Amino acid sequence: MESRQLTVDELAYLSDAVSRPKLIDGEEDFEKTTEVILDPITMPRAPKWWLIVLVGAVSGLLLYGVSVGYLFYEGTGVWGISHPVVWGYAIINLVWWIGIGHAGTLISAILFLARQRWRTSINRFAEAMTIFAVLCAVQFPLLHLGRPWYAYWFFPLPNQMGMWPNFRSPLLWDFFAFSTYFTISLMFWYVGLVPDLAVLRDRAKSKVKAMVYGFFALGWRGANRHWQNYERAYLILAGIATPLVLSVHSVVSFDFAVSQLPGWHTTIFPPYFVAGAIFSGFALVLTLMIIAREVYGFKQMVTIYHIDTMNKFLLATGTMVGYAYTMEFFIAWYSGNEYERFAFVNRAFGPYAWAYWTMFSCNVFVPQIFWFKKMRRHIAVTFVVSILVNIGMWFERFVIIVTSLHRDFLPANWSYYIPTWVDIATYVGTFGLFFTFFLLFLRYLPAIAISEIKGIMNKADPHYKGYTSSASSNR
Amino acid sequence: MLFPKWLDKLTPIFLWGGIVGLLGVIFVFWYWFSPKSLNVGYQPEQPIPYNHQLHVGQLGLDCRYCHYTVEQAAHAAIPPTEVCMNCHTLVKTNSENIKKVAASYENEEPIDWVKVHNLPDYAYFNHSRHVAAGVGCVECHGRIDQMEIVYQAEPLSMGWCLECHRNPAGSIRPVEFVTDMEWSTEDPVALGHSLIAANNIKARQDCNTCHR
Repeated sequence: MESRQLTVDELAYLSDAVSRPKLIDGEEDFEKTTEVILDPITMPRAPKWWLIVLVGAVSGLLLYGVSVGYLFYEGTGVWGISHPVVWGYAIINLVWWIGIGHAGTLISAILFLARQRWRTSINRFAEAMTIFAVLCAVQFPLLHLGRPWYAYWFFPLPNQMGMWPNFRSPLLWDFFAFSTYFTISLMFWYVGLVPDLAVLRDRAKSKVKAMVYGFFALGWRGANRHWQNYERAYLILAGIATPLVLSVHSVVSFDFAVSQLPGWHTTIFPPYFVAGAIFSGFALVLTLMIIAREVYGFKQMVTIYHIDTMNKFLLATGTMVGYAYTMEFFIAWYSGNEYERFAFVNRAFGPYAWAYWTMFSCNVFVPQIFWFKKMRRHIAVTFVVSILVNIGMWFERFVIIVTSLHRDFLPANWSYYIPTWVDIATYVGTFGLFFTFFLLFLRYLPAIAISEIKGIMNKADPHYKGYTSSASSNR
Repeated sequence: MLFPKWLDKLTPIFLWGGIVGLLGVIFVFWYWFSPKSLNVGYQPEQPIPYNHQLHVGQLGLDCRYCHYTVEQAAHAAIPPTEVCMNCHTLVKTNSENIKKVAASYENEEPIDWVKVHNLPDYAYFNHSRHVAAGVGCVECHGRIDQMEIVYQAEPLSMGWCLECHRNPAGSIRPVEFVTDMEWSTEDPVALGHSLIAANNIKARQDCNTCHR
């Protein structure tokens, strides 16, 4: 074969084809980047919009307090749950919130191990979301207890009764799954924060702030040994957190799959729940991130490329849950079990058909729009879809729980579940809880990992072309 | 200097302090808040200082003379004043305390004895069942024959009940010795096993054995 020199055009095409997309737009320098990230924290007064949203969030928190207080005073009778629909909003919200957390862990752990460097721009943000979402989620099993002051019975504590919790119960597995998940997520988040806390300590204007940030910075001085230990700890925690992405929601799905109710007793549940969890989590990351990058001017660090990539996750996981919805129907038909068949036909065409088709449209049809690159890179479309996805995912849990229960084996028990105002106020209230934490996070901690982001900046690339010129111009 | 070097030691102190503190709280509740610590030794003041040590230990009254329902009923009766008066119409009638008993008898007003061994309302306990199986009084109530004023000798906690229900052999004796405070045998476990086999004794551990 004859050899020849490549033309200039061919070379340009090839180098374009093998080059990776820039993870950071623009030619920002390191110092400027740090300042952009720290700006929301170092500005002397919180912006007006922040205060207004905080007032809204705290009002939500108060609403939560009122509805929970009323619940504790009166008992779970104030909720819409009754025979045969004994699980209602509380369990729906639990599964929904815990599912949302999964995106954070996936981004922070799995994408870290897979060396997906684009995750660096969004991991801090997504991890914070995970922690606050898990906090909201774990409220619900406690509220659902009826006698929440016995919540410590969840714990396998030594006691005079010679009794342990029932280790064969998925509800106990839940307890372990959630507590592990929360602890690991918090540790992962915190370890990642340590170098940034040291930055905040060093830049703090008041002595109190310096002391507080300094305490949490664990004496970080940026020494070589500090960095080595940090990198190692981060890697180990990523390794520990990785299985949790799959295990936590699998355990949640066991609450249903281990029971023998048609509509719940399905082996597809664990992977189906995990896909749904990542789906809803990415959607909420997108919703919050799109707002934050606009407001805080993070557009250079959270680029269209990031949104494009996350939308691909939405498309993939949305299609997976669509597959699961369809496969459930196939299995119901293929099993030949008439109760199973009834449960699914009733799901799609029974009294809750409206909920089923809301779910199906939001989760399966809507994300298909992301086959088009133009749509994946369209901010407004992404924003709307991300919200629709979370509405759809809430309805998924509603459909699974309520439609499976409302048609009992005895037709005399059949009923139609309607939530009460307390149900709705508690759910809305957890948004207050979530956003209160989230706004405080945005004001007091860096929303993007300051130290990590430097590693993916254009200037950190050893082949950075502008290096000499910018270095000489700086001189 | 804002951060003296010793501050670095603060983190491990907080970390270990937190872990040890948490374990400490668990220990405090497990140990000092258990019936073993809270209830053992409960010795309420009785309206009349009835002396079990005298009546049982020295005079040799059988438990069933006063607590006469114990073989037939769930509840072991606190004796009515009439039982006391079987003897005390004649014995020690000049004593201040016996005068109170006599007054109760004449006025037909029962003496307000204070219950010492309390179980929660949600725990069902049947004395007759245990007596019939050959569980000695002393196993749960201790050496009543040595107590001037009765106190609670055992925790009566669920874990304590289960300890015996899981392994009852050492606490079973021939039924005729049930009330004997000093009964002993060379190998109580072996005897217990043979009695359990012979009398088909089942120390159940289902929830609804006690929580009905």
